[in-house]
Parts: sequence; C-alpha cells; structure tokens
Amino acid sequence: MRWWKILAIALLLYTYIGGLLITVPDVGNLQHTIRNAFFHIPMWTTQFIALSISLVYSIKYLRTPKIANDIYAVEYSKTGIVFGLLGLVTGMEWANFTWGAAWSNDPKQLGVAVALLIYLAYFVLRNSMTDIDKRARISAVYNIFAFFIYIPMILILPRMVESLHPGGKGVEGNPGFNGDDLNTAMKWVIRPAYIGWALLGIWITTLRLRLHLYTEKTQTAV
Amino acid sequence: MTAGIVHIAALLRKDILLEIRQQYTFYGILLYVASTIFVLYLAMGQPESAVWNGLFWMIQLFICVNAVAKSFLQESSGRMLYYYSIAGARDYILSKLIFNAGLMILMSITSLILFRLLMGDPLQHPWKFLGTVCLGGCSLSLVFTFLSAIAARARQNAAMIAILGFPLIIPQILLLMRISNDAFSDVIQGGFLLMSLVLVGLDILVITLAVILFPFLWKD
Repeated sequence: MRWWKILAIALLLYTYIGGLLITVPDVGNLQHTIRNAFFHIPMWTTQFIALSISLVYSIKYLRTPKIANDIYAVEYSKTGIVFGLLGLVTGMEWANFTWGAAWSNDPKQLGVAVALLIYLAYFVLRNSMTDIDKRARISAVYNIFAFFIYIPMILILPRMVESLHPGGKGVEGNPGFNGDDLNTAMKWVIRPAYIGWALLGIWITTLRLRLHLYTEKTQTAV
Repeated sequence: MTAGIVHIAALLRKDILLEIRQQYTFYGILLYVASTIFVLYLAMGQPESAVWNGLFWMIQLFICVNAVAKSFLQESSGRMLYYYSIAGARDYILSKLIFNAGLMILMSITSLILFRLLMGDPLQHPWKFLGTVCLGGCSLSLVFTFLSAIAARARQNAAMIAILGFPLIIPQILLLMRISNDAFSDVIQGGFLLMSLVLVGLDILVITLAVILFPFLWKD
C-alpha cells in the first residue's frame, strides 16, 4: 500500500470524525447542515481535478498515440462524472433544506449539468466507433475542445444567472455562508478534506485503470 | 503565409462553386428555414418579445446544425486525401470555417426577415439586432463546423452533432440572448459592448482550438 493511500484513509477518517464532531458556527438557517460543506464542496474539486487529469492524458495521447493514454483519459473522466453526480446529489439535498428547492437554476448547478452532458456525449461519441485508434484520437480531440469551452462557460454563467451560492451575484437574502463564515475549526477540517477526497478519487481511478489495462491485455493476447 | 491565403481562397472558391452547381442543398436549407418558421408561426402566432427572442435563437441553433452538417459529411475519404496533399489541414479547416460562417450569416438574415414578417416585430433597434444576428450566426457556425468535422470522422450524422454541440453552445446562446435583449427595449442596458467582446473572444478561442486540433482529426 502506497503512502498516499494511507494518507487518503487518514484524512477521510479525520474529515468524518472532525466534520461531525466540531462545533460549527450558527449561520442563518443553515444550522447543522453546514457540516455538509465538508462532503459537498470537495466533490466539486475532485471532479475538476479528475477532468483536468483526463484532459492531460488526452493531450498526451495526441502527442504520443499510446492506447494506455486513452484508457487513462477515459477512466479519469468517468471518475469525474461520478464525483459530479455525487456533488449534484449532496448539493440538491442541501439546497432542499436551505434554499427551499432542490433545483433553482443556480449557475453552479447549471455548470455541473452541462459538464455531465458534455462527458456523457463524450462516451456516446466513443461508443459510436469501433476502430480503437480512431476512437482514441477523435475522442481525445473532442475532450480537449470541450474542456476549453467549458472553462469560459463556468466563468460566464455566474455573471449571466443569479446565484444562491456564497460569493455569487445577487446574494441579497442569501441564506448561504461565505468564506468568512468558516471559523478556524471548519477551515482545519475542510482543507484536509479537499486533499482526502481528491486522493480517494485518484485511488478509485487507479483501481479501475488496473482492471481496464488487464482486460485490454488479456483480450489482445487471445 | 501568402501561400496559405491562396490555398484558403482556392478552397473557398471550390466550396462556393459546388454550392452554385448543386443548388438543391442551398435551397434545401432555405426551405428548411422557411418551413420551420412557418410552422412556428402557426403554433405560436405573434408572441411577446422575450418569447420571440428565445424562439429566434433556438431556431438559429437548429438551422445551424442542418446548414453546417453537410460541410464535412459530403466529402469522401479519397477527396480528403487529395485536399490533404494539395493544401494541408489548417488551410482546409479555415476555409470551411469561413465558408460556413458566411452561409450561416446569410441564413440568419433570411430567418430574421421571415421572423419579422410572420412572428410580429417587437424590435426597437433593428440595426443593432441585425449586427447581433450576424455575430451570432458566425459564432454558432464556428462551433458546429468543428463538431461536424468530429462527427464526420466518426461516420455519424447530424444527430451526433447536436448531441456533441448543444452543451457546448450554451455560453454563446446565453450571451447572445442577453445581448439581443438590448434591441427589444428603449432603455439602454449596460454591458452591451463588453458582452459582444466576450463573444468575439469566444469565437477566437474556438478558431484557435479548431486550427490546433483539426490536423489530428484529419490523419488516418
């Protein structure tokens, strides 16, 4: 077992124990749901990290067309989708209690919905081709193109639509909290939580990668 | 550089000639525009300005998918190889981007005229809106041209272009609707110039990505 896997377990244990036990500040109508911050926000960072790694491997594939690079790109984007869904579910659950509705066209909600659509389209595109090299190359091109359109999108969306999230436009009457509302104890839990969840995401992906590469190897050997 | 421009001009000329000789595709799209807007008129009558604006841009999306879809689908692989040997990938994609932008601007203006004829005329600043329409048609066509190249390489049809493209076109569509809102009211809203510049910036980003990425699509 590598050191970073042990670190991931330790950090997540710390997140769960610390996140559920520390005293949290009383902000608006959040009450104890504020503890969801330790589990909801890291989903987004992990999603973004996984999708960025996927992008890097797609670029790598175009530079050196090795099939392993393509497999890395696919598996990381799958992890990105899973964490995106988890972030969506945890966020909607939270929003249901604090904003009154699970969906309120918040720019961040829209952003993740778009990301899910983009990456689901990526898989549809992949599965429409049978030739392995061609599939790898064309989907790598789409992955790169989509990612670089997605970045300006998540920068533009918050300026177009009003947000209920902290720090967004139209924060009047916002029941959420902003960065200043995190007290020191919360900061000490949430920062390790980012790292812990990101490491867990990478760990899950490496397991899937091993399986994928193994099946690839056995299938070509036959 | 000059050789590149000559190549692009020659490829553009070829596309325009093809369009003139095989006019059925051009008129086909034109008829698509007209019949879509007519059906819309029968369904909606003359809606208020917000609905008018939304419908207009959604129709532009569908027109764009249909107008741009054939640009790569019509090229056989043998012909692609021939272009590759005489012109190179960058000249080829640039000529396609320019051609489709021109085609889409033409279609957008046509649909604007039809919209004003059939769906009522809520525009307060028609010239401002015309400018937005040209910019918008251009922006939409750039994204969909590149996606049609991807779909054509995957041997897929227009449905694939829509699946790939609709999530990606959201920033442009939102910006366009916001910009064109200006043309519907007497009150001048701020940020018109800034948002137009952001849109132009997005277009430049798309062109850059297309020029960098297209050579990889092309290779077989």
